[in-house]
Formats: sequence, structure tokens, C-alpha cells
Amino acid sequence: MKITLHVWRQKDANSQGGMEPYEVDGVSADMSFLEMLDMLNEQLIVQGKEPIAFDHDCREGICGTCSLMINGVAHGPDGSTTTCQLHMRSFKDGDAIHIEPWRSRAFPVVRDLVVDRSSFDRIIQAGGYISINAGNAQDANNLPIAKHDSDLSMDAAACIGCGACVASCPNGSAMLFVAAKIGHLAHVPQGQPERAKRARDMVAQMDAEGFGACSNHYECEAVCPKDIPVSFISEMNKDFMKASLCGDS
Amino acid sequence: MAFQLDSKIPEGPLKDKWTEHLFNMKLVNPANKRKFRIIVIGSGLAGGAAAASLGELGYNVDCFCFQDSSRRAHSIAAQGGINAAKNYPNDGDSVRRLFYDTIKGGDYRSREANVYRLAEVANSIIDQCVAQGVPFAREYGGLLDNRSFGGAQVSRTFYARGQTGQQLLIGAYQSLQRQVAKGSVDMHVRTEMLDVVKVDGHAKGIIVRDLVTGEIRRHAADAVLICSGGYGNVFYLSTNAMGSNVTAAMRAFKRGAGFANPCFTQIHPTCIPVSSEHQSKLTLMSESLRNDGRVWVPKKAGDDRAPRDIPEDERDYYLERRYPSFGNLVPRDVASRAAKERCDAGFGVGSTKLAVYLDFSDAINRLGEDVIRARYGNLFQMYEKITAENPYKTPMRIYPAVHYTMGGLWVDYNLQTTVPGLFALGEANFSDHGANRLGASALMQGLADGYFVAPYTVGNYLAEHGSMNAEGKVTTEHAAFDEVEKEVRDRLDRLMAVQGERSVDSFHKELGLIMWDNCGMGRTKEGLQKALQEIPKLREEFWKNVRIPGDATSFNPELEKAARVADFLEFGEIMCHDALDREESCGGHFREEHQTEEGEALRRDDEFAYAAVWEYMGEGKDPELSKEILEFENVKLTTRSYK
Repeated sequence: MKITLHVWRQKDANSQGGMEPYEVDGVSADMSFLEMLDMLNEQLIVQGKEPIAFDHDCREGICGTCSLMINGVAHGPDGSTTTCQLHMRSFKDGDAIHIEPWRSRAFPVVRDLVVDRSSFDRIIQAGGYISINAGNAQDANNLPIAKHDSDLSMDAAACIGCGACVASCPNGSAMLFVAAKIGHLAHVPQGQPERAKRARDMVAQMDAEGFGACSNHYECEAVCPKDIPVSFISEMNKDFMKASLCGDS
Repeated sequence: MAFQLDSKIPEGPLKDKWTEHLFNMKLVNPANKRKFRIIVIGSGLAGGAAAASLGELGYNVDCFCFQDSSRRAHSIAAQGGINAAKNYPNDGDSVRRLFYDTIKGGDYRSREANVYRLAEVANSIIDQCVAQGVPFAREYGGLLDNRSFGGAQVSRTFYARGQTGQQLLIGAYQSLQRQVAKGSVDMHVRTEMLDVVKVDGHAKGIIVRDLVTGEIRRHAADAVLICSGGYGNVFYLSTNAMGSNVTAAMRAFKRGAGFANPCFTQIHPTCIPVSSEHQSKLTLMSESLRNDGRVWVPKKAGDDRAPRDIPEDERDYYLERRYPSFGNLVPRDVASRAAKERCDAGFGVGSTKLAVYLDFSDAINRLGEDVIRARYGNLFQMYEKITAENPYKTPMRIYPAVHYTMGGLWVDYNLQTTVPGLFALGEANFSDHGANRLGASALMQGLADGYFVAPYTVGNYLAEHGSMNAEGKVTTEHAAFDEVEKEVRDRLDRLMAVQGERSVDSFHKELGLIMWDNCGMGRTKEGLQKALQEIPKLREEFWKNVRIPGDATSFNPELEKAARVADFLEFGEIMCHDALDREESCGGHFREEHQTEEGEALRRDDEFAYAAVWEYMGEGKDPELSKEILEFENVKLTTRSYK
């Protein structure tokens, strides 16, 4: 396959960026999207040009490092997948592909397609945990948890923190991410003592980081590689409302 | 100068050693803990758990990771589960049995006392993780579910769908972020450790590079913990993350830390086979699949029919045939070798003939597709994405791939390396898995070291050797920092100055092939000697002909890779020296000269029941070997049999 790429190039957070065209020949259908970029980078290096910087690590869809808006869609056209698991069989010979970094004020560009997502870490620091020191725990089976609740918790906990939800949202909202983190801990009894405070503090930090608000476009759910449903956002709103009205308890 | 290796195993009966040691270790009183600073390299299960726990205790912690967040370390990719001897299923499990299975699974090349302690603290890990909110799989009654894994005849594996690693890591990450918020831990992301600084023989700090700005920085501390994972990427293609590397361990090695059993690498039997030359990594299919999947190849070599067209009596379920009592659940080394044996003999399947089938049709007929989907849905989905084949309808094709490294920095019972004040935790150390790791034991060891071992043993070191007053503290002004920083800068300058013709990846791929062909699943004296000729030549070419674009003073992923590959190019040689020295077959180390008539690994306990500890002797010189003789007082060394 021969593919034409239009890739966002930007030296650093303070420089002006722009789209650059590249031709890639000899792409095979079994290659992953990132392996196609590896191949292009190999060519660029040999030609003495700067390779394209992009984030990636595990390349098996779980670490949440890879990103990329591919033809305007976070993680590309396949759905329920991360960019690293997207394969070139999803494209055809002669295709033009536009590749951009995650777009959000709260994710400044580091270089080219690499962005800084440390705002997510700071949201977790605001309360995305259960306060338990190592060594304090009782026997694991002393606390039965209904399978239904545990499964719901797991559905939310499947979030890999990639930021596709933010990148896709017309408001640059991080509500699906924050709701998933809150939902993970809200559906298990261990999470109850800090539940209200957690919702209030994490939402406040989300706002402080410059993420937008939710206006029900549901683009986040559509691109989430782990299929986290927007119902968690409704739950978070309820927790947040309750915390705002009733205080910490 | 050989190492004086003192494993510091406590006296007394096996089951009392850790309890006694806990009592005998010195403590740092709560008000004094804040007078100490501890560096943790890596934020995976070992590093994340250690940094969080030490922060909870009141120490000041600096934690470093090369990823953009501490939640992304490669522990996250572990799928199957974590072992513990809770015996919830009432099927005869116990601490003693978990200990026994682990030491036998490691083919009797690990230290009894360490393995027993691992089995002992494993139960506390499950308790801790549940308390953190880890959503382990549960039964309808609300209690925790267990499943079986290779090398065990009890069900002792706890799991969270197919992403146990991510869930346990998120637990540790959340605890770590809680400490960051409290100010006890400073988290340094996108920061890579490039060297260790020693003062008067003790580890007192590190030199790092900020991967975004290129800035070289110094950090001083009272102790340094290396939790940087394994070195499987020396093979280029492995199930490791792209950034996984040996650099921290290699730098420690060059500063005097012994490296133990580097040739012990685990080749995992169930990975998606290589499909093209552009492949950048290999993807594991969890071992848990072997609970319900049956492994087979056609009975006729070169049989090209589609798997469904091959009738039952023309299939060879070779694991069930060779190992009737463990069947498809034999340990990883045994399963991998058996797959290689069938493929080498011409029975492989798929376009490359380097694959065997993992077939779920019996389980689907017995339990229904829904049950199989509930158990392995995300793994099946992952397989389909990569191969474009539906494993509910057609068997998976699998082949062994490099997965985990049992070797690592040598540590004593306190997890301290041969350099005082320098500790190694998790996959970065060598201590618990011998020559082969059992499934669901990596998560167990990382968290055991991080939550329940290092917080005590590091405290003991600080109580004995640490200084609480400012005059006794080493600062980054010390001349030792000047010297090491200069070496780090010189090395980066040298790399940038080469400006040759070849990319870093092209060297890495070439090294990977040398390692896979000669120090992979089957090893021979001849092959290893050949590799020892080829690696120095490749390294020489690397330093003359590598091309690194950009500069060293800004974000430069090619420079990061180059520095890591430069270390792999030295490390590969040490692995081959180790594999050559070990004239026996054990666990993942299979020397073709040493096998039984049936093709099983032939151990030579009289000569090789030791941990091989290698010492750096300077550039261009062969490393020197010291031996820690392994004493077995509680288990009888037998030929491992899974028949």
C-alpha cells in the first residue's frame, strides 16, 4: 500500500506547529499503525531528517501511552481500540491520513504528537484513592462485595487514562476520565468513607486544570478504547451534587 | 577480586526466619524518618509500592520513571493474575505448598529463604489490594474467585478480568499519588536514571536526564532502590514495552553491583506469532487461556488443511500426550520447549510454520460461548484485532516469545545488592524465581518486595548506616557527583558525535537476532561462542556508525533509545558468558548438550546448584564470576516432573 500522511509537526510547547506531508510506500496490511510510523521514521533518520515524535510504550492496548487523532478521530476509525492496536488493514492503498496530537488546553504539546497529560495525575492526587497504608488491611474475604457492584467497579476501573475522551470532546472536557476514576471507587464499600469528598475535590481539580464542562455530546464514549459508558458521568454528577449540598459525610 | 557474597539468610527454621528477622532488624523512630531521603527508580508494582509505602512511613522519597505518568509502567500489561496461598477454594493450598511449587517451578535455582518469605507475605498482598479497591473477580456470594495457573495443582490465582496487572498497578499508583499530594513523595516523570553515585562505597545518589528538556540533574539520598524491571528487550522482539530497558541495572553493575544469572530468561509459550519483518513487539495471550484451551498440532508434518478440517484423530495434543498429569497447564519453560520441538520437527502451522494451535472448541461446547467470553473476552478481542481471525470460530495460533527475566541484580535477603545502600526490587533483582518463573508470580513478587519487604529492610539499613544530622549527609555538591555527571555527559556527547549512517533500531534488531538465535530457547556452546564474537563487532559498529538526529538538549526519543541500546550491546555479552558457563539445562536455560533421552532439561546439581554472580571488570574486559552456593535444607532436589 502507498499512503499519504499529513502529520502535525511542532518543535515544543512554545513554537508554532503545522501539518507536513509525507509519502509512505510498501505499507503492509498486517502492520500496526505505529509500525507504519516506525517505518517512516526509519526513512527520515536515514535521510538525515528529524523523525516524528509520538507517545507509545506497551503496544498492546493497556498502558494508555499512545494517542493520536487519526483523520479527526481519537485512536482512529476502528472503535474500542487504542492506536497501537490499530492495523493498516483498516486503510487502503492511496489513502490520505491526517495525524494530529490530542487537542486540549490542558494537554500542552511537548513535541509533534506528544502531549503532557500530567493534569490527569494531579486530578488523582486530589482524591482518586482510598486512604489506606500498607499493612492496615483485614482479610480480603471479610468484606463480601456483590458481584454486580464489583463488576460495575471493574467496568469503570478499565480506564487506561489515555485522554481520548478529552481529545474528542468539543469542550475539551475530562468528565469521562474523572467519572471513571470516581466510579471505580464509588461502587465498592471500601470507597464509601471518602466518597463525597473525593467527588468534590477531583471535580474541583478537573476545573482548575482547564478542562471544559460536559454538554452531552458523548463523543468521549464513542472513542473510549475501553468502552467506558457515559452513565458514570451521571453517577459522578449525583455524587458531586450530594457532596456540594451535604458536605463531606 | 571476587565478591564476598553473604546472603544474610537469618538463622532458625524456615518458617520462622522472616518473623525473627523482623524482630531483629533495627527501626528508625517515626520522628527521625523524615530526616532520610530515599530514591526509587521505577514506578511499576515494585517501585510504585515501595515509594508509596516508604512515603506512608514518613520517609522523603524521590521516585523516577521514564514514562509520562507513574501509572504506565509495564507491570500494567500483566494479564492473568496474582498468586497467594489463601486456600479459599479449600483445595489443599498452604504457604508451604506455594513455596514448594515456586521453588520447584524455578528448577531449584532460587534461594529457599527468599521464596518462603514471598509465599508468606503473598496473602497480605491480596488483603492490601482489596482494601485499596482493586476490583478482583468475585463469585455471586460476594467472595473472591480463584483460577488455576501453570505449574500448580491448586487454584490460587486472583484476577481482575484480563487486566490484573493494570488493576494492581492502579492500586499502587493511587497510593503513590496520595503520598505525592501529601508531599512525602516527589514524583519525577519523563526522567531517566543514567548513573549511580557512590561515596565511600555506599550508594548516595543518582544522575538523571530530564527527557523533555535534556537537562542533566543530580539527586542525593540516603539509599537508592532500583525497581526498573527486566531486560527482555535485549532480544528486540519481546512482550516488554518499547521503553523497557536494562540501563539502571547495567549502570549499577558497572558501579560494582553483582549481576546474577543473566542467562535466565523466560520464553512465554502463548504469544501471537511474528507476522512480518516490521514487527516491533510481541503480544502475549495470557497463560490463563490454557485453563480452557487445548494445544495441538497436526499429526502429519506439513498438513496444510484448515484446522477445522483436521479430524480429531489426526491431531496431536502433544502436551496432554507428554504430560498427562499437568496437561496443558505445564510450566512455561516446558510448554515453550515442547512447542519449539514440534515446530522444529516440521509440525508447525500457519504461513510461517512457527506456530501451534490453542483451541477453545471443546470448552465452548462444554460451557457455552458466553462463559468463555466472560472469562477471556478481552483477550479474544485483542487476538482478533491483531490477527483478523475470530478465536471463537478458529483456533488461535501461538508461539513462544521472550517475556520475563528471572536474572537480575544479585541481592541478599534484605534485597540489598553488593553495593551497600543500593537495593533492587521486583523483576530487577534475581532472587525468587530461579531458572523459571511460574505464572502469576511476577505481580506477587513485585508487590511483596515493595509493600512488605523493602519498607523494613531499607529502614534497617538506614538505622545502621544512615546519618540523621546535616554534617553526615552527602549533598550533590560532593566531588563524586561531579565525576559521575561528567561521565554521563561525556557518554551522551560521544553518542551524539557519531553521526553515522544507521538508525538505532537497525542495531537493536540485529542484536536481537543474535541473542534469539544463540541465547534463546535452545543454547549450544558453539552458538554462544559465536554470539560472543558477533556482539563486540556490532557494538564497535554502533559506536562508529549510529545516527542520532536532533540534539541532547531537548526532547529526543532517538537519543533515549540509543543510550539504552548501547547498554543492551554490553549486556548481551554478559548473558552469553553466563549461558556458556552454565553447563547444564534448567528452567528457561536449555543447553542442547544437556538433555535427557526424552528431550527434557538435564540439571547438574552437583556442579551448578549456585547463583552465578558476575562482576564488571572494566571496559573491554570479560566479567568475572563469583558463586553463591544454594543450600537446600527444606526441599529435596528432584528431577522436575509434570508427567
